[in-house]
Amino acid sequence: MRQAPKIDALPEGLTVGDAPGVLNLGFSGDLNSATVARLWAPALQLARGREGGSLRLELSQAGYIDGAGLALLVKLRAEAEARGANVELVGLSESHAHLLDLAGDAERGAAQKPKDRRGLKALVAGGVGHVVADMVGVVSFVGECSLVVWESLRHPERVRWKDVLLASMAVGVESMPILLLVGFLMGLIMSFQSVITLQRFGGEIFVPNMLGLVMFREMGPLTTAILLAARSGSAFAAEIGTMRVNEELDAMTTMGISPVRFLVGPRILASLAMVPFMTLFFNFASLVGGALVMLSIGFPLVTFTSRVFANVTANDLIGAFVKIIVFSLLVSGVSCLRGLHTGGGASAVGRSTTSAVVSGLILITLADGLFAVLFYYLKI
Amino acid sequence: MNGDDIIITVRDLSCGYGADVVLRDVSFDVRRGEVFVVIGRSGCGKSTLLKHMIGLLAPLSGSIVLNGHDIVTAKGLERLEILKGIGIMYQGGALFGSMSILRNVGLPLEEYTALPQEAVDAIARVKLSLVGLERFGHFMPTELSGGMVKRAAIARAMALDPPILFMDEPSAGLDPVTSAGLDGLIRSLAETLGITFVIVSHEVPSILSIADRVILLDDGVKGIAAEGDPRELNATSDVPEARRFFDREVAPRGAHLPTAKPFTQEEARP
Repeated sequence: MRQAPKIDALPEGLTVGDAPGVLNLGFSGDLNSATVARLWAPALQLARGREGGSLRLELSQAGYIDGAGLALLVKLRAEAEARGANVELVGLSESHAHLLDLAGDAERGAAQKPKDRRGLKALVAGGVGHVVADMVGVVSFVGECSLVVWESLRHPERVRWKDVLLASMAVGVESMPILLLVGFLMGLIMSFQSVITLQRFGGEIFVPNMLGLVMFREMGPLTTAILLAARSGSAFAAEIGTMRVNEELDAMTTMGISPVRFLVGPRILASLAMVPFMTLFFNFASLVGGALVMLSIGFPLVTFTSRVFANVTANDLIGAFVKIIVFSLLVSGVSCLRGLHTGGGASAVGRSTTSAVVSGLILITLADGLFAVLFYYLKI
Repeated sequence: MNGDDIIITVRDLSCGYGADVVLRDVSFDVRRGEVFVVIGRSGCGKSTLLKHMIGLLAPLSGSIVLNGHDIVTAKGLERLEILKGIGIMYQGGALFGSMSILRNVGLPLEEYTALPQEAVDAIARVKLSLVGLERFGHFMPTELSGGMVKRAAIARAMALDPPILFMDEPSAGLDPVTSAGLDGLIRSLAETLGITFVIVSHEVPSILSIADRVILLDDGVKGIAAEGDPRELNATSDVPEARRFFDREVAPRGAHLPTAKPFTQEEARP
């Protein structure tokens, strides 16, 4: 049997007696959270330094023992038993002995959740499978949402127009300030940066052409969709997610009301109705920003306005319209889906909200890439 | 009653919301180590009284002395010391959803003691063991049943070994078997650890099983309508409010049931 390890200075309230084969730890004074903080490490160090033999815990001089003191005794006993040592408690009052019995199994609960022992290949396969299944779920849900829209167009009398109006206010009208601000600043910054570069070649006159084309064809729909995901998509997910946590969705389902028709439908219709106007206002704000830059370097407003639309064709506007409608369907659909799939608790609502925004941004990017390829082949 | 035995003293407490007085001039004492239950019908002010006793709401007038300190007037560090001396179990458990059960129980220890992390975990496991959840420390709150959540909430409330433990409707929403188990746990903790329990409840079987003493609040008198041993009140009290509370009469089948009384603004308050 190894001897007890040397401790430089024993803390007050702990004494060590090392008889042959027996480690005697004596405690005096109260064993509460303040004193246990001091005693914990040296007492355990002494107990862990033993293999076999006996551990004798002398408590006749101990005063009040609270939960922290109890935990120290339970831990010392568990550590000694794990090393094959016999444990003897001396001087423990009847009530404390009873508590120690009640807490006897505490250290058995120390085992943590079983670790994932799958190999790397299985982990990667599982991860990919999860992503694929999720994407399939998203696509099928967006398809379901499209059916809801189609049904709404076929039977407008079944649509809850009041809810659509309220959602439209939240999605469209209330997002105007941020939309106009971002649009204005983007137009201003893009024009300013372009002017600085093109001035070297005397090409600043082409900045309005670039701004019109970029904004109407690409940046307008894209940025509006990103703002939709960040502002309204997150709100959809949080709102529906909270309803899931409060069992409101279960209540709805058991009342025979489809959450998709009742909650998702109005939000998607509102998004579809609002995003063309939002894009329009965004583009207008960006042109105002661009015009400000051009005016500041001496170009008249009429030159700016005539050149902005010089390269923008009807196809560009139609393409942008199709894009923003698809983006809006994807963003609002996936946001509502994430809300519907919320787990339990406040943190689950947070996760759903984050997931809604991230999924929305990924889908927008993917769809934009597909549109770029499609428009190239269609020569739009 | 010996003055040393008193751990909570409430004197001339009036509470309410603005001009709306819910309780007027309420006075009572709670003895050290007893299970004290505040009973009464829904909307009589039980939860309002509890929120005042734990310092969440400020009373209109009166004093609430917990362990020698008035929580109504206490500020800063004194108030923090009072709060460290009480544990609270909320009706829904109020466990932090982003933390495991073990972390939930260990959090007060991490915040208020200098214990090493290993000790914090060990103490948290002991507390969980006392409520029969030693094997569920790594579970998240959403993975537990309603009864287990309440047990975990009790373990968290006991983390700092407070001498006083407040509980809001511990049996609410539980089946009779789980509820009886929780009652047994409360009695056991009161007897073994000497904790003083102040419990708000309207579950008659639970009250008769766990309470040493009760006060019956009534919205009509805006205060205490009856006080004493619940078993005696149930058996012999002729106070009309107590009789109405304990004698839960069921109308015979086929009898004309009274129309439900509409909620008053006061009753609608949580």
